Formats: sequence, structure tokens, C-alpha cells
Amino acid sequence: MNSVEGLVTQIQGLSSTASDVLSLHNVLKQADDSLHAESTRLLPFLDQLDPSKHSLGYLYFLEACTAGPVTTESASSFVLIIARFISSCAAEQIRLAPDKFISVCKRLKDQVLFLEEPLRAVAPMLAAIRKLQSSTENLTTLHPEFLLLCLLAKCYKTGLSILEEDIFEVDQPRDLYLYCYYGGMICIGKKYFRKALELLHNVVTAPMSTINAIAVEAYKKYILVSLIHHGQLSTSLPKYASTVAQRNLKSFCQPYVELANSYTNGKIADLEAYVQANMEKFGSDNNLGLVKQVVSSIYKRNIQRLTQTYLTLSLQDIANTVQLNSPKEAEMHVLQMIQDGEIYATINQKDGMVRFLEDPEQYKTCEMIERVDSSIQRLMTLSKKLTVLDELMSSDPMYLGKVGRERQRFDFDDFDSVPQRFNI
Amino acid sequence: MDGEDISNPLMEEMCANGIAAVDDAPSSSTSTTELKSRPIISGEQLDIEAYAGLYSGRTKIRRLIFIADHCDNTAMQLEGLRMAYDELKKGENTQLFREVVQKIDDRLGLNYSMDAAWCAMVDRKADQRKDKLESELNAYRTNLIKESIRMGYNDFGDFYYAHGALGDAFKSYVRTRDYCTTSKHIIQMCLSAILVSIEMGQFTHVTSYVSKAEQTPEALDPITSAKLRCAAGLAHLESKKYKLAARKFLEVGPELGNSYSEVIAPQDVATYGVLCALASFDRTELKNKVIDNINFRNFLELVPEVRELINDFYSSHYASCLEYLGNLKSNLMLDIHIHDHVETLYDQIRSKALIQYTHPFVSVDMRMMADAFKTSVAGLEKELESLITDNQIQARIDSHNKILYARHADQRNATFQRVLQTGNEFDWDVRTMLLRANLLKHEYNLRASRKI
Repeated sequence: MNSVEGLVTQIQGLSSTASDVLSLHNVLKQADDSLHAESTRLLPFLDQLDPSKHSLGYLYFLEACTAGPVTTESASSFVLIIARFISSCAAEQIRLAPDKFISVCKRLKDQVLFLEEPLRAVAPMLAAIRKLQSSTENLTTLHPEFLLLCLLAKCYKTGLSILEEDIFEVDQPRDLYLYCYYGGMICIGKKYFRKALELLHNVVTAPMSTINAIAVEAYKKYILVSLIHHGQLSTSLPKYASTVAQRNLKSFCQPYVELANSYTNGKIADLEAYVQANMEKFGSDNNLGLVKQVVSSIYKRNIQRLTQTYLTLSLQDIANTVQLNSPKEAEMHVLQMIQDGEIYATINQKDGMVRFLEDPEQYKTCEMIERVDSSIQRLMTLSKKLTVLDELMSSDPMYLGKVGRERQRFDFDDFDSVPQRFNI
Repeated sequence: MDGEDISNPLMEEMCANGIAAVDDAPSSSTSTTELKSRPIISGEQLDIEAYAGLYSGRTKIRRLIFIADHCDNTAMQLEGLRMAYDELKKGENTQLFREVVQKIDDRLGLNYSMDAAWCAMVDRKADQRKDKLESELNAYRTNLIKESIRMGYNDFGDFYYAHGALGDAFKSYVRTRDYCTTSKHIIQMCLSAILVSIEMGQFTHVTSYVSKAEQTPEALDPITSAKLRCAAGLAHLESKKYKLAARKFLEVGPELGNSYSEVIAPQDVATYGVLCALASFDRTELKNKVIDNINFRNFLELVPEVRELINDFYSSHYASCLEYLGNLKSNLMLDIHIHDHVETLYDQIRSKALIQYTHPFVSVDMRMMADAFKTSVAGLEKELESLITDNQIQARIDSHNKILYARHADQRNATFQRVLQTGNEFDWDVRTMLLRANLLKHEYNLRASRKI
């Protein structure tokens, strides 16, 4: 009892300057176990602390309070407290104890999920990410949690705003896998298939020493999205994918690979029959919606192929070639595609003819020039980043040591003392 | 428009492509010169005797058996089998004899039934000769006279070949290689090996022995080089390399005559050469190597229909060209070397004709084109569609008005599109690479820290 109150006064006293905060941090670290022992009584003490000024102390207390199991009464009150804390806490202080902060946020997530109101935690989690990130290129453990909440709450737009940022630094590989997987699902929900493909590709080709379930599930979705977006699936993973992935992923996703083969053969009846036969497998992976989109995309692809060979074509012929049931269905498909901007055509209902037009983009407008220009700027910054990283690596002592030791020795002059110097 | 008067006759001729009959085809030679012998490979039904007269030896028998197996006309079947029987009686191949007798199945009467006595006699003689040859060969081998050993193995090869044991024949011929002293010997060995390989159907050996024969330091006499080129052409034909086969057949000199009748007849050289050339050469090569080829003209004279065919193709009279092809088909299906390539070659020739027809025009009326090719508009549309999808024709079909419009890609737009796309791909590649590098660094740090 005394220790807790004493701790409270220490927090109130030592939270003003940076050096004080550091010493406070040490004190708190030592007192952590005792705090946890008295977790049930800590709630009233929180009122004595100000979350914005005494963030570090508040954090420790809060973490100890919420360490217990989640119950309905505590859940709703805690959600409010944690949300308020996150919005008002000081970023520099909490960055001293990131894992505590992360566990508190995870607690928040558990509680809103328990209450089945994921929407309540979306905004606080977003604020938490901003405070924890060292830069916008940094991926924290909170990113996947945030995306999971967005998915469950179905507010995809907020999720997308986070996905817009490029990630270059990662704390934990597992975070990246989950982040990309959930991000891919959000993009699929919003039908941004290109971005979804990029994210899922990141998971599938990320360096990993053993195969994990996230990669397997991601690969299944990757196959389906690749079929929808590109109309084909490349048969092998690129060379930079890890060897475990290259060897094992396909065997785990056999029904999906078969689906891809049947799709590329182009026979719609076969594809539909295959889908019917394997309905439960796709359903158990929660991919049934995607599979249905794959089937409808094959019609689109066949119609797109027609634009390459025909200038005008009757609706009846389109229906026959694409294996639709009637010219009316063909007309609806073509209309949908024109509206989505996937093909350029005009429908002449009097003759029942469709006239395919060329892409009207002439690449002469100011917007196009701006687009090209901004692309060039972006690529130049990326190249600079790449060069910087390359220089960093080449001057890294561990790298030089390894290269020096493994240098090829061709003639007598090579047996000099250079490798020894770098032998670490 | 200017020049319309001048172009009118040409226009008429082009329109007349489809409507005019075969007589319009510019062929002057056939009507004037008197043909010395009736053409053997022609649109009419195959005259088996004349056909068989072109060949000698084992290939004659095999071709007759092939014709008997593959034609539906029973009269022709029996004729072929009868001639095979007669030919076999002159030789020593009892196994093939038994086969033919079985195929005849007593349909030709008593003269053509199983002659067991003859078989037994031939087999006995064979065993005796074999023993004699073996003892002679052993004697030569102990005496170590190279030339005699070589001749001994050669005789063995001939013996096995005559009796139908092709594998043993090949082995014996190949064994003579170690005892060959002059290039003449080597050439003789190569030619024998080639002959046996062709009969066995192993054309990889044919190619290797042809190259071996051509590498001899002495210059080859024209007949031998013609023979080697024929063999090489056959090998390429079997492996479906039609362009190379055409080139080889077209290089065969007129000195070949009938000297290679154990393998191929000059009519065959002409036919195979022309068909492969039509299917695989472009227009310039066709003109230079076939039409202007003086040497090859001698071969073409032997098969006037094939000559007409190629002239028609070059002068764009597609209807008559395809008609000749159609007529020749039934006879070509009875030829052992080309029968399984006929379909592919015909398809390729037809596609080439379609492509060549559409090439000079900006727009083509599909109804006129269908007339020129003697098909229906719907069928033509399907064929054109598949050619466009394969990117062999740069055009688009206006299905409503049934017109084919040539379409040339807009280079400027295409370039812009490619630029933007390349930019995006580079962007994505570099970003993912930086991310992966970071992950690897993290993993490496983890491993390094664990080690320490």
C-alpha cells in the first residue's frame, strides 16, 4: 500500500524533464512486479495521475490494471480509460516502454472484441500507431491489430489510409506477414486488386525459414486475386522467394492451383463444374466470395480478348463466343465493363451490334505530363534510398569480414594480410 | 482516280482469282510440251506399278505394304500385296514374306499362298552363308588384314540387311568404321548406315552419319552429295523441321536421277521439297530458292501438278493452288515418309495463303476473300479470328459489314503506356526489395545476437 502511494508521488514528481523521466523509468521497472501483485486495487490511483503529463507512470499502472481477465463490467470502463489515455499521452514518454504500450493497446482490442464493438477502438488505435511509430515508414506491432479492427468493423477507408504509406522498416517479421495479409483483405474488400496483389505478394515472397500458416492462407488469396486481376497465374514464385516457400506452398494450396489451371484453359463450363465440386473446401477457407468473383472475371477476360480481334461484333456472336446464355446477358456484361472502364465500346441496340473503340487516351494532356513527372520524381527518391542502403551495407564491418574471408584466391599476390584485418 | 485505267486489268485478274477456273492459271509448259511419261504423283488415283517402278530393294516392298495397309480400295490393296509377294520371292527376307502372305490371306489364289518349301530353303541357305561368312571373318581377323576385315563386316551387314535383321546389319556396318582407311570407305560405311537407319526409322542416326560423311577431307562426287542431301532432308522432315528439310531437298542436284532408288525417288524430292518450302519459306526465299532454282526445275518437270501448285501460290491464284493440294492429298497419304506430316503442312500452307492475301490491303471484303478461297464467310471469319489471335495478321474484323481492316499499332501511345508501366514495375520492385532487405537484416541481426 505504501509502495503504491509512494510510487504515485514519485511519478508526479519526476515527470517534468527528460532525465527525470529516465530515472523514473528505472524506478518503475523495478516496481513492476509489485504493481502487478496489487492490480485489483490500482484503479482509483489512476485518477491521481494525469495521462498527458505522467504518461509513463500512467502506462505502467494501466498495464498492471488491465493484466487481469476481461469481464463485461470492467471492459466498458477500461475501453474509455484506455481510449482517453491514448489520445492524450505524450509520445516521447511512451516510446521508452513500447512493449507496455503495445500490450495495453492489445488489451483494448481484446476488450472491444469482447464487447463486439470493434468500431470503438479504430480511432484510438490509429492514434496509437501514430504515436508509436518512429517514422511513417516504420511498421509496429499495432499495425496488424489496427487492420484487424478495421476489417471486423468494416471501415475499410481508414484502413486504406494506413496502407497508402510505404513500409521500409519492420520490427518483427510476423507483424509484416499479418499486416500484409489483413491489408490484402481490406484491398480485396474495396476491389483494389492491384494493391491487394502487391501486399499478398509481399507475404508470399518474404524471407522465412519455415512455412507458416499466414503465408499459406495468403498464397491461396494471392492465386485468386491474380486470376481476377491478371487472368493468369505465374507458375513459379520469383527467385527471391524463400526456398521453403517455393518448395512447399503449392502443395498446401492444391485445389487453388487446380482452379488456376482450369481457368487458364478458358472453358467456362469446366471451371464452374470444378468450383461446384470443391465448394466446401473454398468455403472452409472463407474464400467463396473471391472464387465467385474469379468465375465472373473469366467472362470479362474473354470479352476483352474479343476487342483485340473484332471492330464490330453482334451481341449474339458475343454470347456464343463467351458461352453466355443470351444476347441480353452479353449486353449487360458489356455495359458493366464499359461503365467500369475496362473496355471502350459503344452498343448499337437497333442492330444489336457492339462497336469496339480504341483507348481514347492520347497522352497529350497536362494531367498526363504531371503524372509522368511525379512518377519520375518518386523513382528518383527511391533510387537514392537504394544507393544509400547499398553504401551502408558495403561499409558494414560484418559484411566486409564475411566477404574478406570468402574471397577467391587466384594467385600468389592474393595471399596478403587484408582478410586478417577484418577477421571479427 | 488516276491510273485507274491501267489498274483495271489487274483488278479484274484479282477479282478473277476466285471466279475463274483452273485453266486461267499461267501454265504454258504443260499444254505445249509432250509428256514422255504420265506423271506418277498426281491428282489421279495412284498407279501402283508405275509407283513401285520408281523404287528398288527393301523400300519398294515396304512402300507396297504401306499402300496396301492404308488404302481402302481392295483392288489396289491386292495389287500392292501381289507385287510385294513377287518382289519378296526374288529376295531372301523370309520374315517379311510370312507377313505379306498373312496379309494376302489367300485372296489371290494358289500362286500367292504360303510357300513353306521356299522359306525353308532360303533359311537353310542363309544359315550356310552365315557360317561361311563367320569363318571367313575369323580368318581375316587372325590375319589382321584391315581391308579384308572391313569387307568381311560389310558382307555381314549386307547379309543381315537382305534377311531383314536391321539391327544386326546396322551394328555390322558400324563395326567397319575401325577398319576404314580411305574416305571412300568411310562414305560407303556412312551410306550403308544411313540406308539401314532410314529403314529402321531412326533418323537421329541418319543426321549424324550424314554429317560424318560430309566431313571427309576429299570432295564428294555429285551423286553422293545429292544422296546425302536427300537423306538429311528426310531426317529433318521426320523431326518436323520443315524449313531445314525444304532447304536440303532444294539443294539436291539433278545428278541424283534414279541412283538413290533404294531410298527415295526424284519425284519425292520434288514433292517434299515444294510442300515444305510452301509451308515454311517467306516470299523472297520461295522465289529465290524454288521458282528461280534451275537445278530444281528438272525435278519439278517430273511432277507437273506440284509445279503448277507453286506457281499458283506465288501468283496468288489461291483457289487453284488449294485445289491442286486437295487432289494430291489422297496420294500423299499413301507415302510412308510424308503421310503424318500432310495435315500440318496443309494447315501451314493454308494459313500462309490467307496471310499473304490480306497483307497488301488496308481493308478486305470478306465475301470476295471467301470466294477466292472457296469457303463460306463464316468459316473464313473463324480462320481469320484464330490467325489474328496468334498475331499472324495485324487486323480487325468488322463483323457487321464483313470487312477486314488492317490495323497498325500506334507507336506513340504504345510507348507512353510502356513507359508508365515500366515505371510502376520499377517502383514496386524497389520498394519490395528494400522491405525484404530490411527483413533479412533483422533476421541476420537476430541470428548474430543469438550467437553472441
